[in-house]
Amino acid sequence: MKKEFKIISDLILKNSRVLDVGCGDGELMSFLYKNITKDVRGIEISKQNVQNCISKGLTVIEGDAEKDLIQFPDSSFDIVILSQTLQAFLNPEKVLNELLRVGKKAIVTIPNFGHWKVRLNLLFKGTMPVTKGLPYQWHNTPNLHMCTIKDFFDFCANKNIKFIKSLALNEERLLSISKSNLGKRNLFSEIGIFLIEK
Amino acid sequence: MNKFDNIKKLIVKDQLKLDCGQTISNFPIAYETYGKLNSKKSNAILVFHALTGDQFATGINPITKKDGWWKYALGPGKAIDTDKYFVICANVLGGCMGSFGPSNVNPTTGKTYEIDFPIITINDMVNAQYFLIKHFEIEKLFCVTGGSMGGMQVLQFVANYPNLSQTAVPIACTSNHSAQNIALNELGRQAIMADAKWQNGKYEDSDSSPNKGLSVARMAAHISYLSKDALQEKFGRKLQERDDLKFSFDADFQIESYLRHQGSVFVDRFDANSYLYITRAMDYFDLNKKYEGNLSKAFKNSNTKFFIISFTSDWLYPSSENKEIVIALNSIGADVGYVEIESDKGHDSFLLNVPDFLETLRGFLNTSYERLNEEGI
Repeated sequence: MKKEFKIISDLILKNSRVLDVGCGDGELMSFLYKNITKDVRGIEISKQNVQNCISKGLTVIEGDAEKDLIQFPDSSFDIVILSQTLQAFLNPEKVLNELLRVGKKAIVTIPNFGHWKVRLNLLFKGTMPVTKGLPYQWHNTPNLHMCTIKDFFDFCANKNIKFIKSLALNEERLLSISKSNLGKRNLFSEIGIFLIEK
Repeated sequence: MNKFDNIKKLIVKDQLKLDCGQTISNFPIAYETYGKLNSKKSNAILVFHALTGDQFATGINPITKKDGWWKYALGPGKAIDTDKYFVICANVLGGCMGSFGPSNVNPTTGKTYEIDFPIITINDMVNAQYFLIKHFEIEKLFCVTGGSMGGMQVLQFVANYPNLSQTAVPIACTSNHSAQNIALNELGRQAIMADAKWQNGKYEDSDSSPNKGLSVARMAAHISYLSKDALQEKFGRKLQERDDLKFSFDADFQIESYLRHQGSVFVDRFDANSYLYITRAMDYFDLNKKYEGNLSKAFKNSNTKFFIISFTSDWLYPSSENKEIVIALNSIGADVGYVEIESDKGHDSFLLNVPDFLETLRGFLNTSYERLNEEGI
Protein backbone atom coordinates (compact mmCIF):
# COMPACT_ATOMS: atom_id res chain seq x y z
CA MET A 1 0.00 0.00 0.00
CA LYS A 2 1.07 3.55 -0.62
CA LYS A 3 3.00 5.07 2.25
CA GLU A 4 0.67 8.06 1.99
CA PHE A 5 -2.35 5.89 2.80
CA LYS A 6 -0.69 4.57 5.95
CA ILE A 7 -0.02 8.13 7.07
CA ILE A 8 -3.62 9.13 6.34
CA SER A 9 -5.00 6.20 8.31
CA ASP A 10 -2.79 7.09 11.27
CA LEU A 11 -4.58 10.44 11.40
CA ILE A 12 -8.01 8.82 11.78
CA LEU A 13 -9.49 7.78 15.11
CA LYS A 14 -10.95 4.29 15.47
CA ASN A 15 -14.60 3.96 14.42
CA SER A 16 -14.77 7.43 12.93
CA ARG A 17 -17.28 8.09 10.19
CA VAL A 18 -15.20 8.63 7.07
CA LEU A 19 -15.85 9.78 3.50
CA ASP A 20 -13.14 9.21 0.90
CA VAL A 21 -13.64 11.70 -1.92
CA GLY A 22 -12.23 10.39 -5.19
CA CYS A 23 -11.70 6.98 -3.63
CA GLY A 24 -10.33 5.41 -6.83
CA ASP A 25 -10.29 1.62 -6.73
CA GLY A 26 -10.91 1.63 -2.98
CA GLU A 27 -7.41 0.72 -1.79
CA LEU A 28 -7.43 3.23 1.06
CA MET A 29 -11.05 2.47 1.91
CA SER A 30 -10.34 -1.26 2.15
CA PHE A 31 -7.43 -0.59 4.48
CA LEU A 32 -9.53 1.73 6.64
CA TYR A 33 -12.37 -0.79 6.71
CA LYS A 34 -10.10 -3.56 7.93
CA ASN A 35 -8.07 -1.56 10.39
CA ILE A 36 -9.72 1.65 11.48
CA THR A 37 -13.46 1.90 10.91
CA LYS A 38 -16.34 0.02 9.32
CA ASP A 39 -18.12 3.30 8.75
CA VAL A 40 -16.36 4.37 5.58
CA ARG A 41 -17.95 5.65 2.38
CA GLY A 42 -16.55 6.73 -0.94
CA ILE A 43 -17.45 8.92 -3.87
CA GLU A 44 -15.77 8.31 -7.20
CA ILE A 45 -16.19 9.63 -10.72
CA SER A 46 -14.95 6.63 -12.72
CA LYS A 47 -17.57 3.94 -13.37
CA GLN A 48 -14.96 1.20 -13.58
CA ASN A 49 -13.53 2.19 -10.22
CA VAL A 50 -16.99 2.34 -8.63
CA GLN A 51 -17.79 -1.13 -9.94
CA ASN A 52 -14.53 -2.44 -8.49
CA CYS A 53 -15.23 -0.84 -5.14
CA ILE A 54 -18.77 -2.22 -4.98
CA SER A 55 -17.48 -5.67 -5.85
CA LYS A 56 -15.08 -5.40 -2.93
CA GLY A 57 -18.03 -4.69 -0.68
CA LEU A 58 -17.22 -1.02 -0.25
CA THR A 59 -20.01 1.54 -0.06
CA VAL A 60 -19.30 3.89 -2.91
CA ILE A 61 -21.48 6.21 -4.94
CA GLU A 62 -20.67 7.25 -8.45
CA GLY A 63 -20.47 11.00 -8.53
CA ASP A 64 -18.51 14.17 -9.06
CA ALA A 65 -17.18 15.75 -5.87
CA GLU A 66 -17.62 19.14 -7.47
CA LYS A 67 -21.38 18.63 -7.86
CA ASP A 68 -22.42 15.79 -5.61
CA LEU A 69 -21.06 16.59 -2.16
CA ILE A 70 -24.05 18.89 -1.81
CA GLN A 71 -26.28 15.91 -0.96
CA PHE A 72 -24.47 15.28 2.33
CA PRO A 73 -25.67 17.22 5.36
CA ASP A 74 -23.36 19.49 7.37
CA SER A 75 -20.85 17.67 9.59
CA SER A 76 -22.17 14.28 8.49
CA PHE A 77 -18.68 12.76 8.61
CA ASP A 78 -15.94 12.91 11.22
CA ILE A 79 -13.28 12.95 8.51
CA VAL A 80 -13.43 13.63 4.80
CA ILE A 81 -10.39 12.54 2.81
CA LEU A 82 -9.19 14.08 -0.43
CA SER A 83 -6.05 12.36 -1.61
CA GLN A 84 -4.07 14.10 -4.38
CA THR A 85 -7.16 15.27 -6.20
CA LEU A 86 -7.61 18.91 -5.17
CA GLN A 87 -5.55 20.14 -8.09
CA ALA A 88 -7.83 18.38 -10.60
CA PHE A 89 -10.99 20.32 -9.77
CA LEU A 90 -12.30 23.28 -11.72
CA ASN A 91 -12.90 25.10 -8.48
CA PRO A 92 -10.66 23.76 -5.69
CA GLU A 93 -11.76 26.44 -3.26
CA LYS A 94 -15.41 25.41 -3.57
CA VAL A 95 -14.49 21.76 -3.10
CA LEU A 96 -12.40 22.56 -0.04
CA ASN A 97 -15.30 24.47 1.48
CA GLU A 98 -17.60 21.53 0.78
CA LEU A 99 -15.14 19.10 2.39
CA LEU A 100 -15.08 21.20 5.53
CA ARG A 101 -18.85 21.57 5.55
CA VAL A 102 -19.58 17.85 5.13
CA GLY A 103 -16.73 16.76 7.39
CA LYS A 104 -15.91 17.95 10.88
CA LYS A 105 -12.31 17.63 9.73
CA ALA A 106 -10.64 16.96 6.41
CA ILE A 107 -7.44 15.29 5.33
CA VAL A 108 -6.11 16.83 2.14
CA THR A 109 -2.98 15.63 0.42
CA ILE A 110 -1.34 17.47 -2.47
CA PRO A 111 1.43 16.62 -4.90
CA ASN A 112 3.95 19.39 -4.27
CA PHE A 113 4.72 21.47 -7.34
CA GLY A 114 7.38 23.25 -5.33
CA HIS A 115 9.64 20.19 -5.10
CA TRP A 116 13.18 20.91 -6.33
CA LYS A 117 12.99 18.39 -9.16
CA VAL A 118 9.93 20.13 -10.52
CA ARG A 119 11.67 23.49 -10.24
CA LEU A 120 14.85 22.24 -11.93
CA ASN A 121 12.86 20.65 -14.70
CA LEU A 122 11.30 23.96 -15.62
CA LEU A 123 14.50 25.93 -15.02
CA PHE A 124 16.85 23.83 -17.09
CA LYS A 125 14.66 21.99 -19.57
CA GLY A 126 12.32 24.91 -20.09
CA THR A 127 9.37 22.53 -20.40
CA MET A 128 6.47 21.81 -18.09
CA PRO A 129 7.73 19.40 -15.43
CA VAL A 130 7.13 15.68 -15.82
CA THR A 131 8.20 13.67 -12.77
CA LYS A 132 7.39 10.35 -11.14
CA GLY A 133 4.73 11.97 -9.00
CA LEU A 134 3.48 14.21 -11.81
CA PRO A 135 3.71 11.97 -14.87
CA TYR A 136 1.52 13.97 -17.28
CA GLN A 137 2.38 16.22 -20.21
CA TRP A 138 1.03 19.77 -20.23
CA HIS A 139 -1.63 18.87 -22.83
CA ASN A 140 -3.07 15.78 -21.17
CA THR A 141 -2.72 16.52 -17.48
CA PRO A 142 -5.87 16.31 -15.38
CA ASN A 143 -4.19 18.70 -12.97
CA LEU A 144 -5.79 22.06 -13.63
CA HIS A 145 -4.66 23.86 -10.50
CA MET A 146 -1.24 22.69 -9.42
CA CYS A 147 -0.02 24.21 -6.20
CA THR A 148 2.94 23.99 -3.88
CA ILE A 149 2.94 23.12 -0.19
CA LYS A 150 3.56 26.79 0.47
CA ASP A 151 0.61 27.83 -1.74
CA PHE A 152 -1.72 25.50 0.13
CA PHE A 153 -0.37 26.58 3.48
CA ASP A 154 -0.86 30.27 2.67
CA PHE A 155 -4.27 29.65 1.14
CA CYS A 156 -5.61 27.93 4.26
CA ALA A 157 -4.15 30.61 6.52
CA ASN A 158 -5.91 33.23 4.41
CA LYS A 159 -9.25 31.43 4.59
CA ASN A 160 -9.01 30.84 8.33
CA ILE A 161 -8.72 27.12 7.86
CA LYS A 162 -6.91 25.64 10.86
CA PHE A 163 -4.12 23.11 10.61
CA ILE A 164 -4.35 20.32 13.14
CA LYS A 165 -1.47 18.50 11.56
CA SER A 166 0.78 19.36 8.60
CA LEU A 167 3.09 16.68 7.28
CA ALA A 168 5.55 16.47 4.43
CA LEU A 169 6.50 13.22 2.75
CA ASN A 170 9.74 12.86 0.88
CA GLU A 171 10.82 9.42 -0.33
CA GLU A 172 10.16 7.45 2.85
CA ARG A 173 10.69 10.29 5.30
CA LEU A 174 7.79 11.93 7.07
CA LEU A 175 8.40 15.35 8.59
CA SER A 176 6.18 17.95 10.12
CA ILE A 177 5.64 21.30 8.49
CA SER A 178 5.65 24.54 10.44
CA LYS A 179 5.87 28.20 9.52
CA SER A 180 9.60 28.19 10.27
CA ASN A 181 10.54 25.25 8.06
CA LEU A 182 7.98 25.89 5.32
CA GLY A 183 10.53 27.01 2.70
CA LYS A 184 12.67 23.94 3.21
CA ARG A 185 9.78 21.49 3.27
CA ASN A 186 8.39 23.10 0.14
CA LEU A 187 11.67 22.45 -1.65
CA PHE A 188 12.32 18.88 -0.55
CA SER A 189 8.88 17.25 -0.13
CA GLU A 190 6.96 15.37 -2.78
CA ILE A 191 3.64 15.26 -0.99
CA GLY A 192 1.97 17.49 1.58
CA ILE A 193 -0.53 15.90 3.97
CA PHE A 194 -2.79 18.18 5.97
CA LEU A 195 -5.39 17.51 8.66
CA ILE A 196 -7.53 20.62 8.66
CA GLU A 197 -10.73 22.04 10.10
CA LYS A 198 -12.73 25.19 9.78
CA MET B 1 -58.31 -28.38 -14.83
CA ASN B 2 -56.85 -24.95 -14.48
CA LYS B 3 -53.46 -24.30 -16.06
CA PHE B 4 -52.27 -22.84 -12.75
CA ASP B 5 -53.13 -25.93 -10.69
CA ASN B 6 -49.59 -27.24 -10.59
CA ILE B 7 -47.75 -24.10 -9.57
CA LYS B 8 -46.81 -23.07 -6.03
CA LYS B 9 -49.40 -20.96 -4.29
CA LEU B 10 -49.85 -19.56 -0.84
CA ILE B 11 -53.44 -18.92 0.12
CA VAL B 12 -53.31 -15.92 2.40
CA LYS B 13 -55.95 -16.34 5.10
CA ASP B 14 -55.20 -13.05 6.82
CA GLN B 15 -56.95 -9.87 5.92
CA LEU B 16 -55.13 -7.35 3.80
CA LYS B 17 -56.43 -3.81 3.70
CA LEU B 18 -55.77 -2.31 0.30
CA ASP B 19 -54.97 1.35 -0.33
CA CYS B 20 -58.29 1.72 -2.19
CA GLY B 21 -60.11 0.93 1.06
CA GLN B 22 -61.25 -2.63 0.29
CA THR B 23 -60.08 -5.54 2.38
CA ILE B 24 -59.18 -8.87 0.85
CA SER B 25 -58.53 -12.25 2.44
CA ASN B 26 -58.27 -15.89 1.38
CA PHE B 27 -56.42 -14.84 -1.73
CA PRO B 28 -53.71 -16.72 -3.64
CA ILE B 29 -50.12 -15.54 -4.08
CA ALA B 30 -48.41 -17.65 -6.72
CA TYR B 31 -44.69 -17.97 -6.24
CA GLU B 32 -41.59 -19.88 -7.21
CA THR B 33 -38.40 -20.54 -5.29
CA TYR B 34 -34.87 -21.30 -6.43
CA GLY B 35 -32.01 -22.71 -4.38
CA LYS B 36 -32.16 -23.91 -0.78
CA LEU B 37 -32.96 -22.01 2.38
CA ASN B 38 -30.09 -22.62 4.79
CA SER B 39 -30.63 -23.73 8.38
CA LYS B 40 -30.13 -20.22 9.77
CA LYS B 41 -32.56 -18.89 7.16
CA SER B 42 -30.04 -16.18 6.43
CA ASN B 43 -29.62 -16.62 2.67
CA ALA B 44 -33.04 -15.61 1.37
CA ILE B 45 -33.47 -13.09 -1.42
CA LEU B 46 -36.89 -11.75 -2.37
CA VAL B 47 -36.96 -10.82 -6.05
CA PHE B 48 -39.72 -8.53 -7.30
CA HIS B 49 -40.73 -8.70 -10.93
CA ALA B 50 -41.51 -5.84 -13.30
CA LEU B 51 -44.75 -4.96 -15.13
CA THR B 52 -45.00 -8.01 -17.36
CA GLY B 53 -42.82 -10.42 -15.40
CA ASP B 54 -43.95 -13.24 -13.17
CA GLN B 55 -42.68 -15.59 -10.48
CA PHE B 56 -40.74 -17.70 -12.98
CA ALA B 57 -37.62 -15.57 -12.91
CA THR B 58 -35.26 -18.15 -14.33
CA GLY B 59 -35.28 -21.58 -15.92
CA ILE B 60 -38.18 -22.54 -18.15
CA ASN B 61 -41.53 -21.01 -17.31
CA PRO B 62 -43.84 -24.06 -16.99
CA ILE B 63 -46.84 -22.13 -18.31
CA THR B 64 -45.35 -20.24 -21.26
CA LYS B 65 -42.47 -22.71 -21.90
CA LYS B 66 -40.23 -19.67 -22.38
CA ASP B 67 -37.05 -18.70 -20.54
CA GLY B 68 -37.50 -16.88 -17.24
CA TRP B 69 -37.27 -13.09 -17.46
CA TRP B 70 -34.09 -12.81 -15.34
CA LYS B 71 -32.19 -15.73 -16.83
CA TYR B 72 -28.98 -13.72 -17.20
CA ALA B 73 -28.86 -12.52 -13.61
CA LEU B 74 -30.41 -15.39 -11.67
CA GLY B 75 -29.61 -19.08 -11.47
CA PRO B 76 -26.87 -21.51 -10.49
CA GLY B 77 -23.51 -19.72 -10.74
CA LYS B 78 -25.16 -16.50 -11.92
CA ALA B 79 -24.92 -13.04 -10.31
CA ILE B 80 -27.77 -14.01 -7.98
CA ASP B 81 -26.34 -17.44 -7.40
CA THR B 82 -29.00 -19.98 -6.54
CA ASP B 83 -26.30 -22.44 -5.47
CA LYS B 84 -25.75 -20.02 -2.62
CA TYR B 85 -28.96 -18.10 -2.07
CA PHE B 86 -32.58 -19.06 -1.63
CA VAL B 87 -34.59 -16.92 -4.02
CA ILE B 88 -38.30 -16.28 -3.66
CA CYS B 89 -40.22 -14.59 -6.43
CA ALA B 90 -43.97 -14.03 -6.36
CA ASN B 91 -46.44 -13.04 -9.02
CA VAL B 92 -47.70 -9.59 -8.01
CA LEU B 93 -51.19 -8.89 -6.81
CA GLY B 94 -53.22 -8.05 -9.92
CA GLY B 95 -51.04 -10.31 -12.05
CA CYS B 96 -52.07 -13.11 -14.35
CA MET B 97 -49.76 -15.98 -13.46
CA GLY B 98 -51.77 -17.45 -10.61
CA SER B 99 -51.84 -14.66 -8.02
CA PHE B 100 -54.98 -12.84 -7.02
CA GLY B 101 -55.90 -10.77 -10.07
CA PRO B 102 -58.73 -9.65 -12.35
CA SER B 103 -59.03 -13.08 -13.98
CA ASN B 104 -59.81 -14.72 -10.62
CA VAL B 105 -63.36 -15.71 -9.77
CA ASN B 106 -65.14 -13.55 -7.24
CA PRO B 107 -66.54 -16.06 -4.69
CA THR B 108 -69.49 -13.86 -3.81
CA THR B 109 -70.76 -13.54 -7.39
CA GLY B 110 -69.28 -16.70 -8.89
CA LYS B 111 -68.06 -14.60 -11.81
CA THR B 112 -64.64 -13.47 -12.88
CA TYR B 113 -63.68 -10.15 -11.32
CA GLU B 114 -62.44 -8.57 -14.53
CA ILE B 115 -62.86 -4.83 -14.22
CA ASP B 116 -64.53 -5.16 -10.80
CA PHE B 117 -61.22 -6.17 -9.31
CA PRO B 118 -60.10 -3.57 -6.75
CA ILE B 119 -57.51 -1.03 -7.84
CA ILE B 120 -54.22 -2.13 -6.36
CA THR B 121 -51.00 -0.28 -5.60
CA ILE B 122 -47.30 -1.04 -5.27
CA ASN B 123 -47.84 -0.84 -1.52
CA ASP B 124 -50.54 -3.54 -1.73
CA MET B 125 -48.29 -5.76 -3.84
CA VAL B 126 -45.49 -5.52 -1.30
CA ASN B 127 -47.77 -6.13 1.67
CA ALA B 128 -49.19 -9.20 -0.05
CA GLN B 129 -45.72 -10.63 -0.60
CA TYR B 130 -44.86 -10.07 3.04
CA PHE B 131 -47.09 -13.05 3.82
CA LEU B 132 -44.68 -15.25 1.89
CA ILE B 133 -41.81 -14.17 4.14
CA LYS B 134 -43.98 -15.06 7.12
CA HIS B 135 -44.89 -18.35 5.48
CA PHE B 136 -41.21 -19.31 5.20
CA GLU B 137 -40.66 -18.05 8.77
CA ILE B 138 -37.78 -15.88 7.62
CA GLU B 139 -36.88 -13.28 10.22
CA LYS B 140 -34.49 -11.36 8.08
CA LEU B 141 -33.98 -11.52 4.35
CA PHE B 142 -30.50 -11.19 2.99
CA CYS B 143 -31.66 -9.05 0.09
CA VAL B 144 -34.64 -7.56 -1.69
CA THR B 145 -34.09 -6.70 -5.33
CA GLY B 146 -35.79 -6.04 -8.62
CA GLY B 147 -35.70 -3.79 -11.64
CA SER B 148 -38.18 -1.24 -12.93
CA MET B 149 -41.50 -1.87 -11.12
CA GLY B 150 -39.53 -4.48 -9.18
CA GLY B 151 -37.26 -1.68 -7.98
CA MET B 152 -40.27 0.36 -6.89
CA GLN B 153 -41.38 -2.62 -4.81
CA VAL B 154 -37.90 -2.78 -3.27
CA LEU B 155 -38.22 0.86 -2.15
CA GLN B 156 -41.74 0.32 -0.85
CA PHE B 157 -40.70 -2.87 0.93
CA VAL B 158 -37.90 -1.14 2.86
CA ALA B 159 -40.23 1.75 3.70
CA ASN B 160 -42.88 -0.67 5.01
CA TYR B 161 -40.53 -3.15 6.69
CA PRO B 162 -37.42 -1.09 7.53
CA ASN B 163 -35.33 -3.87 9.02
CA LEU B 164 -36.61 -6.98 7.33
CA SER B 165 -33.77 -7.12 4.83
CA GLN B 166 -30.01 -6.77 5.27
CA THR B 167 -29.56 -5.30 1.82
CA ALA B 168 -31.68 -3.74 -0.90
CA VAL B 169 -30.84 -3.42 -4.58
CA PRO B 170 -33.36 -1.31 -6.50
CA ILE B 171 -32.44 -1.29 -10.20
CA ALA B 172 -33.44 1.14 -12.95
CA CYS B 173 -36.41 2.56 -11.07
CA THR B 174 -37.89 5.70 -9.58
CA SER B 175 -39.49 6.82 -6.35
CA ASN B 176 -42.44 8.28 -8.23
CA HIS B 177 -43.91 7.88 -11.69
CA SER B 178 -43.23 10.92 -13.86
CA ALA B 179 -45.75 12.54 -16.20
CA GLN B 180 -43.97 10.84 -19.10
CA ASN B 181 -44.24 7.44 -17.37
CA ILE B 182 -47.95 7.95 -16.72
CA ALA B 183 -48.48 9.18 -20.29
CA LEU B 184 -46.89 6.06 -21.75
CA ASN B 185 -48.95 3.80 -19.51
CA GLU B 186 -52.11 5.69 -20.41
CA LEU B 187 -51.30 5.19 -24.08
CA GLY B 188 -51.20 1.45 -23.44
CA ARG B 189 -54.43 1.43 -21.47
CA GLN B 190 -56.26 3.45 -24.09
CA ALA B 191 -55.06 1.07 -26.79
CA ILE B 192 -56.61 -1.82 -24.85
CA MET B 193 -59.83 0.03 -24.13
CA ALA B 194 -60.15 1.15 -27.75
CA ASP B 195 -60.25 -2.49 -28.84
CA ALA B 196 -63.93 -3.38 -29.28
CA LYS B 197 -63.16 -6.81 -27.88
CA TRP B 198 -62.26 -5.32 -24.53
CA GLN B 199 -66.03 -4.85 -23.94
CA ASN B 200 -65.54 -2.63 -20.90
CA GLY B 201 -63.34 -5.27 -19.39
CA LYS B 202 -65.95 -8.04 -19.56
CA TYR B 203 -64.32 -10.28 -22.11
CA GLU B 204 -63.61 -13.40 -20.05
CA ASP B 205 -66.84 -15.18 -21.02
CA SER B 206 -66.61 -14.25 -24.68
CA ASP B 207 -64.57 -16.15 -27.22
CA SER B 208 -62.01 -13.48 -27.80
CA SER B 209 -59.83 -11.06 -25.86
CA PRO B 210 -58.68 -7.54 -26.77
CA ASN B 211 -55.50 -8.89 -28.31
CA LYS B 212 -55.11 -6.09 -30.82
CA GLY B 213 -55.26 -3.44 -28.13
CA LEU B 214 -52.98 -5.31 -25.77
CA SER B 215 -50.55 -5.89 -28.58
CA VAL B 216 -50.41 -2.16 -29.42
CA ALA B 217 -49.91 -1.40 -25.73
CA ARG B 218 -46.98 -3.78 -25.68
CA MET B 219 -45.51 -2.30 -28.86
CA ALA B 220 -45.60 1.22 -27.43
CA ALA B 221 -44.14 0.09 -24.13
CA HIS B 222 -41.46 -1.95 -25.84
CA ILE B 223 -40.15 1.16 -27.61
CA SER B 224 -39.73 2.81 -24.22
CA TYR B 225 -37.63 -0.11 -22.98
CA LEU B 226 -35.02 0.33 -25.72
CA SER B 227 -32.68 3.17 -26.55
CA LYS B 228 -32.72 5.11 -29.78
CA ASP B 229 -29.14 4.07 -30.51
CA ALA B 230 -29.82 0.38 -29.91
CA LEU B 231 -32.86 0.50 -32.20
CA GLN B 232 -30.90 2.34 -34.85
CA GLU B 233 -28.03 -0.08 -34.65
CA LYS B 234 -30.18 -3.19 -34.72
CA PHE B 235 -32.76 -2.10 -37.31
CA GLY B 236 -31.88 1.23 -38.83
CA ARG B 237 -33.99 1.53 -41.99
CA LYS B 238 -33.48 -2.09 -42.94
CA LEU B 239 -36.33 -3.63 -44.91
CA GLN B 240 -38.17 -6.79 -43.94
CA GLU B 241 -37.62 -9.60 -46.47
CA ARG B 242 -37.97 -7.30 -49.46
CA ASP B 243 -35.71 -5.35 -51.73
CA ASP B 244 -37.71 -2.17 -51.89
CA LEU B 245 -40.63 -0.33 -50.32
CA LYS B 246 -43.99 -1.82 -51.23
CA PHE B 247 -45.94 1.43 -51.17
CA SER B 248 -48.40 -0.09 -48.71
CA PHE B 249 -48.92 -0.32 -44.97
CA ASP B 250 -47.38 -3.74 -44.65
CA ALA B 251 -44.42 -4.08 -42.35
CA ASP B 252 -41.86 -2.80 -44.85
CA PHE B 253 -39.31 -2.05 -42.18
CA GLN B 254 -37.70 -4.60 -39.91
CA ILE B 255 -38.53 -2.51 -36.86
CA GLU B 256 -42.24 -2.70 -37.73
CA SER B 257 -42.11 -6.42 -38.13
CA TYR B 258 -40.15 -6.76 -34.89
CA LEU B 259 -42.66 -4.70 -32.92
CA ARG B 260 -45.63 -6.59 -34.37
CA HIS B 261 -43.95 -9.82 -33.34
CA GLN B 262 -43.33 -8.50 -29.81
CA GLY B 263 -46.99 -7.52 -29.58
CA SER B 264 -48.33 -10.83 -30.87
CA VAL B 265 -46.25 -13.07 -28.59
CA PHE B 266 -47.12 -10.90 -25.61
CA VAL B 267 -50.88 -11.45 -25.89
CA ASP B 268 -50.37 -15.20 -25.59
CA ARG B 269 -49.03 -14.84 -22.09
CA PHE B 270 -50.60 -11.72 -20.64
CA ASP B 271 -54.07 -10.63 -19.64
CA ALA B 272 -55.31 -7.24 -20.83
CA ASN B 273 -57.10 -6.39 -17.59
CA SER B 274 -54.00 -7.28 -15.58
CA TYR B 275 -52.10 -4.88 -17.80
CA LEU B 276 -54.56 -2.13 -16.90
CA TYR B 277 -54.36 -2.83 -13.18
CA ILE B 278 -50.60 -3.14 -12.94
CA THR B 279 -49.84 -0.04 -15.01
CA ARG B 280 -52.30 1.83 -12.79
CA ALA B 281 -50.42 0.65 -9.71
CA MET B 282 -47.19 2.00 -11.20
CA ASP B 283 -48.78 5.36 -12.00
CA TYR B 284 -50.08 5.69 -8.45
CA PHE B 285 -46.62 5.04 -7.05
CA ASP B 286 -45.30 8.12 -5.31
CA LEU B 287 -43.21 7.33 -2.28
CA ASN B 288 -42.24 10.98 -1.91
CA LYS B 289 -45.83 12.09 -1.49
CA LYS B 290 -46.52 9.33 0.99
CA TYR B 291 -43.77 10.77 3.19
CA GLU B 292 -44.79 14.43 3.03
CA GLY B 293 -42.64 15.16 0.01
CA ASN B 294 -39.51 14.00 1.78
CA LEU B 295 -38.30 10.70 0.40
CA SER B 296 -35.66 10.43 3.12
CA LYS B 297 -38.41 9.90 5.67
CA ALA B 298 -39.39 6.67 3.91
CA PHE B 299 -36.08 5.16 4.96
CA LYS B 300 -35.26 6.91 8.19
CA ASN B 301 -35.97 3.88 10.38
CA SER B 302 -34.03 1.48 8.21
CA ASN B 303 -30.51 0.16 8.59
CA THR B 304 -30.69 -1.71 5.31
CA LYS B 305 -27.62 -1.44 3.11
CA PHE B 306 -28.65 -0.06 -0.28
CA PHE B 307 -27.04 -0.46 -3.65
CA ILE B 308 -28.73 1.44 -6.46
CA ILE B 309 -28.05 0.74 -10.11
CA SER B 310 -29.06 2.73 -13.18
CA PHE B 311 -28.14 2.56 -16.87
CA THR B 312 -26.78 5.32 -19.09
CA SER B 313 -29.24 4.78 -21.95
CA ASP B 314 -32.37 4.25 -19.82
CA TRP B 315 -34.72 7.10 -20.65
CA LEU B 316 -37.77 5.55 -18.99
CA TYR B 317 -36.30 5.65 -15.47
CA PRO B 318 -33.18 7.71 -16.12
CA SER B 319 -30.15 7.91 -13.87
CA SER B 320 -31.27 11.31 -12.60
CA GLU B 321 -34.35 9.69 -11.01
CA ASN B 322 -32.33 6.85 -9.53
CA LYS B 323 -29.92 9.40 -8.17
CA GLU B 324 -32.73 11.17 -6.34
CA ILE B 325 -33.11 8.02 -4.26
CA VAL B 326 -29.35 8.00 -3.59
CA ILE B 327 -29.51 11.62 -2.48
CA ALA B 328 -32.48 10.96 -0.20
CA LEU B 329 -30.56 8.11 1.43
CA ASN B 330 -27.30 10.02 1.73
CA SER B 331 -29.05 12.95 3.34
CA ILE B 332 -29.97 10.73 6.30
CA GLY B 333 -26.59 9.03 6.41
CA ALA B 334 -27.92 5.71 5.18
CA ASP B 335 -25.54 3.10 3.82
CA VAL B 336 -25.93 3.55 0.07
CA GLY B 337 -23.79 2.69 -2.92
CA TYR B 338 -24.64 3.78 -6.43
CA VAL B 339 -23.39 3.10 -9.92
CA GLU B 340 -24.59 4.06 -13.37
CA ILE B 341 -23.74 1.20 -15.71
CA GLU B 342 -22.65 2.05 -19.24
CA SER B 343 -25.04 0.31 -21.61
CA ASP B 344 -26.71 1.18 -24.92
CA LYS B 345 -29.54 -1.28 -24.32
CA GLY B 346 -31.92 1.17 -22.67
CA HIS B 347 -34.23 0.37 -19.78
CA ASP B 348 -34.16 -3.32 -20.66
CA SER B 349 -30.45 -3.43 -19.74
CA PHE B 350 -31.29 -5.01 -16.38
CA LEU B 351 -32.88 -7.99 -18.16
CA LEU B 352 -30.12 -8.49 -20.69
CA ASN B 353 -26.58 -9.75 -20.80
CA VAL B 354 -24.76 -6.61 -19.62
CA PRO B 355 -21.55 -7.97 -18.07
CA ASP B 356 -20.65 -4.83 -16.06
CA PHE B 357 -24.09 -4.89 -14.45
CA LEU B 358 -24.09 -8.61 -13.74
CA GLU B 359 -20.56 -8.62 -12.32
CA THR B 360 -21.19 -5.62 -10.08
CA LEU B 361 -24.42 -7.14 -8.79
CA ARG B 362 -22.62 -10.43 -8.13
CA GLY B 363 -19.77 -8.65 -6.36
CA PHE B 364 -22.11 -6.63 -4.17
CA LEU B 365 -24.18 -9.63 -3.11
CA ASN B 366 -21.27 -11.98 -2.49
CA THR B 367 -19.11 -9.56 -0.52
CA SER B 368 -22.10 -8.32 1.49
CA TYR B 369 -23.05 -11.91 2.26
CA GLU B 370 -19.52 -12.91 3.27
CA ARG B 371 -19.24 -9.87 5.46
CA LEU B 372 -22.51 -10.64 7.24
CA ASN B 373 -21.31 -14.18 7.82
CA GLU B 374 -17.96 -12.98 9.15
CA GLU B 375 -19.73 -10.64 11.51
CA GLY B 376 -21.85 -13.58 12.61
CA ILE B 377 -25.16 -12.05 11.69
